Amino acid sequence: MAMDINQQHRFKTRIGAALRHITLFIAMSIICIPGLWIVLNSFRPTVDIMAKPPVWVPRGLNLDNYRAMFGGAGEGGVPVVQYFTNSLIISVTSTVIAILIGMAGGYAFARYRFRGKSAIFIGLLLTRAVPGVALSLPLFIVMAKTGLIDTHVGLIMVYVAMNVPFTIWLIDGFFRQVPPDLAEAAEIDGCTRWQAFWKVEFPVAKSGVASAGIFAFLTSWNEYALASQLTRSTFSKTMPVGLRDFTSEFTINWGGMCALAVLMIIPALILTFLVQKHLIAGLTFGGVKG
Amino acid sequence: MAQVLLENVTKNYGKLEVVHGISLDIAHNEFVVLVGPSGCGKSTTLRMIAGLEEISAGDISIGGQIVNDMPPRDRNISMVFQNYALYPHMTVRENLGFSLQIAGKPPAEIARAVGEAAGILSLDDYLDRKPSELSGGQRQRVAMGRAIVRHPDVFLFDEPLSNLDAKLRAQMRVEIKKLHQKIQTTVIYVTHDQVEAMTLADRIVIMRDGNVEQQGTPNEVFERPVNTFVATFIGSPPMNLLPGRVTGGALVFARGFTVPVPHNFAELVAEGQEIVLGFRADNMMPEGHALNMDEASPAIEMAVIVSEPLGTETLLYTELAGQEVQAKMLKPRPVADGEVLTFHLDLAQCHLFDAKTQNNLR
Repeated sequence: MAMDINQQHRFKTRIGAALRHITLFIAMSIICIPGLWIVLNSFRPTVDIMAKPPVWVPRGLNLDNYRAMFGGAGEGGVPVVQYFTNSLIISVTSTVIAILIGMAGGYAFARYRFRGKSAIFIGLLLTRAVPGVALSLPLFIVMAKTGLIDTHVGLIMVYVAMNVPFTIWLIDGFFRQVPPDLAEAAEIDGCTRWQAFWKVEFPVAKSGVASAGIFAFLTSWNEYALASQLTRSTFSKTMPVGLRDFTSEFTINWGGMCALAVLMIIPALILTFLVQKHLIAGLTFGGVKG
Repeated sequence: MAQVLLENVTKNYGKLEVVHGISLDIAHNEFVVLVGPSGCGKSTTLRMIAGLEEISAGDISIGGQIVNDMPPRDRNISMVFQNYALYPHMTVRENLGFSLQIAGKPPAEIARAVGEAAGILSLDDYLDRKPSELSGGQRQRVAMGRAIVRHPDVFLFDEPLSNLDAKLRAQMRVEIKKLHQKIQTTVIYVTHDQVEAMTLADRIVIMRDGNVEQQGTPNEVFERPVNTFVATFIGSPPMNLLPGRVTGGALVFARGFTVPVPHNFAELVAEGQEIVLGFRADNMMPEGHALNMDEASPAIEMAVIVSEPLGTETLLYTELAGQEVQAKMLKPRPVADGEVLTFHLDLAQCHLFDAKTQNNLR
């Protein structure tokens, strides 16, 4: 009898494990298949991409789409290098600024008491509730009046404004986890307030700062709606906006679009991998008894 | 020479005053323990000495130099924090050498000083580990090592043992005492544990609600508590307190319990005065299981409610004058719950407190 109950339980456990795997597989498929589809399409001709029923197993892959993209304007080429540079300049600069402001703000929220603190904090979070697109028209007018349309600076300012509330919120959380004693111990050990921050608190919280950085970077790197309104020419168009170059009046060059999308994904992936290592390594606070 | 002097030091948070003008004179090389219940202002006082809290009024001087507005780094002090506050991203070696590195000392000197501190605290085998890879006791030792490595004028300890288990705590207590013998420095030590205070201190400062209640050697505060607060705070188990009244040359308590006025206090009490009698468990013992008493009271018959055998002695919980009191049995034998024993109280060792002021009459 006891044997039966044990077997029953073992059976149930196995069924449970199997169900979990199936659910996980479905969820991962939903997340991954579009990405894989893009990568796949970037290597094959439009005939295969548009085929019905869809062709899942590739019949022949080539680099034609990439060659064309980097080719001359007449052969379906787009200024990829220029778009990439624009994206990089705008994303990196806005991320660096957002992180610096985020660190100052997050640290202040984590460590200091001041009048209106919680109101300001909630106010910051509320800005996240406004959909970015709703701001596109006012932003367009402001940028047009100030001559910042179609400039790097204009987009950088917009992305900094978008990212700062989030970086402050995230970095605040990480500095909260760093016990104030550490900075005090450092001050007693001879540090100035500033040294205590850079030599002790920042190294301990840097994984958090890194994660805020990657979020800010990806937001700027992938942003399309506002960038499409505020950029005009090759001089300032970012990669997501550049994707539109593949649509013409009557046709859409899906293969080319996918190839550019792959180029967009690669830096983001590399960055995420680099920072991810950091995230896991840094998140242990062993110096203080938990 | 580092004498630490506090003169009328006050701390306010807004309108709330948490430390009310306390004055302390701590001699060079003295081991002073600030003890009191939580919220008594002892940690705040320590943090003011460290420079981590601003003082609202008064003066603090270290080694003759007024340090009121001096940042912590210029006070030449070291502090051991309750949760150790080790730098988690540095190895033990880097933790120990951090203050010297900040001071710009040459690497050879840092290595020598770290080696010396590691030797004193038996940390040699752990120098390349991170704090997260150490046990509680080892972390505690690293925290102390970080404090001794740069030969400060004053050591500050903020409840350094309260995160350790009882056995380790007893062990570290001895290590701290040994450390003080070795490195002859002024120590100010904050704890809420009266055992730590009694065992470590040259002088105990007992604080309550931001005031100093009493200061003196462990013996003095134990033998002559100035009020009922000190009497119950210092010593374990706490002193028994029975409220009563002086009537006809005797002390009369609830339920008709009466003892003669102790000789020590004969001149100090007036007829009809409300008093509180204080005595420790060691001064109330059952017949046949007691030491000789200087001034034994008449026999008191009491039933034992609960007994706590401790090996060399047994603690007896009984009821006297409607109140639970603790007595001690030497050379113990098993005691049944409810067993009636004959006790004597050593009146020579008793204290009388004024019922209104709670102050010791002597």
